[in-house]
Amino acid sequence: MWKWLHPYANPEVSYHFTGKLIPWFAIISAILLTVGLGMGLLYSPADYQQGNSVRIFYLHVPAAMLSMGLYLGMAIAGLTALVWQMKLAESSIAALAPVGATFTAIALLTGAAWGKPMWGAWWVWDARLTSELILLFLYFGVMALQNAFEDKALAGKAASILALVGVINLPIIHYSVEWWNTLHQGATVSKFEKPSMSIDMLRPFLLSLFGFAFLAGTLVCMRFRAEIIERNSMRPWVKALAKEHN
Amino acid sequence: MAFDSINEFFNMGGYGFYVWLSYGFTALLLVLLTINSKGKDKRIFKQINKRIKREEKLKQVAKRNASVKQNAQSDQKVV
Repeated sequence: MWKWLHPYANPEVSYHFTGKLIPWFAIISAILLTVGLGMGLLYSPADYQQGNSVRIFYLHVPAAMLSMGLYLGMAIAGLTALVWQMKLAESSIAALAPVGATFTAIALLTGAAWGKPMWGAWWVWDARLTSELILLFLYFGVMALQNAFEDKALAGKAASILALVGVINLPIIHYSVEWWNTLHQGATVSKFEKPSMSIDMLRPFLLSLFGFAFLAGTLVCMRFRAEIIERNSMRPWVKALAKEHN
Repeated sequence: MAFDSINEFFNMGGYGFYVWLSYGFTALLLVLLTINSKGKDKRIFKQINKRIKREEKLKQVAKRNASVKQNAQSDQKVV
């Protein structure tokens, strides 16, 4: 496996490889999101209690899942950067943080717009909501540390440490609905039993989940490439590429 | 189809404001992030090109200064 992975540790190879991935990810994401959200808005049934407000679910839950998944990815990159001193792992932290922060913000905003009609409040200081807000601040912290140092290596190290320490928040978010009394409903999909949802809702949900995941992949690849050229701007291959963009 | 008419679709059983607010927020944030991410490598290439140009200019100035100095020295030798 190392033999296979090794060439991708080369920034130039990774730059061209992710460049090839971007159009495919973008097309897959566009198809899945159009079909998934179209089905969710037009064809999926209304909830027997929540009526048509349940259509926010197809945005809220994928965004929340991605906000946590992207954080986990960022923390693994942080570990790789600290232990194996891999420069590309630092680039991927810088690429993942803004995308993850955006999905966290979407989860919080759509949650507020769903909470108002269902709970009667845009916001409550409840365990699930508060821990997700802390996730947003962790993302902001990683982004701020990334830009706080002139020296990119030092910035990468500081951001990696924060990303790793913040992992403790992920199980807190996930189990918050069980550990504390909360307004937020329990898990419907991410549990070991069968999802407690009709197949007519599960299908558009899964399609939009993968659609958003591929969109996140597209955006992370774009930012990753920009990070690579910024960190290797003295290399001849980057200078040659820059000449083409003149 | 879960709705009978286009009006019913926009109304969302009375939840229209909240549903469309959510979809609007999501679209807005993702469009902004996409624009920012898509243009990022081009901005950095522009910075790199600017730096290369500046370095080349400095090199030329240094070369010219060196040749001026050389000329001045050879002139002194003639005198």
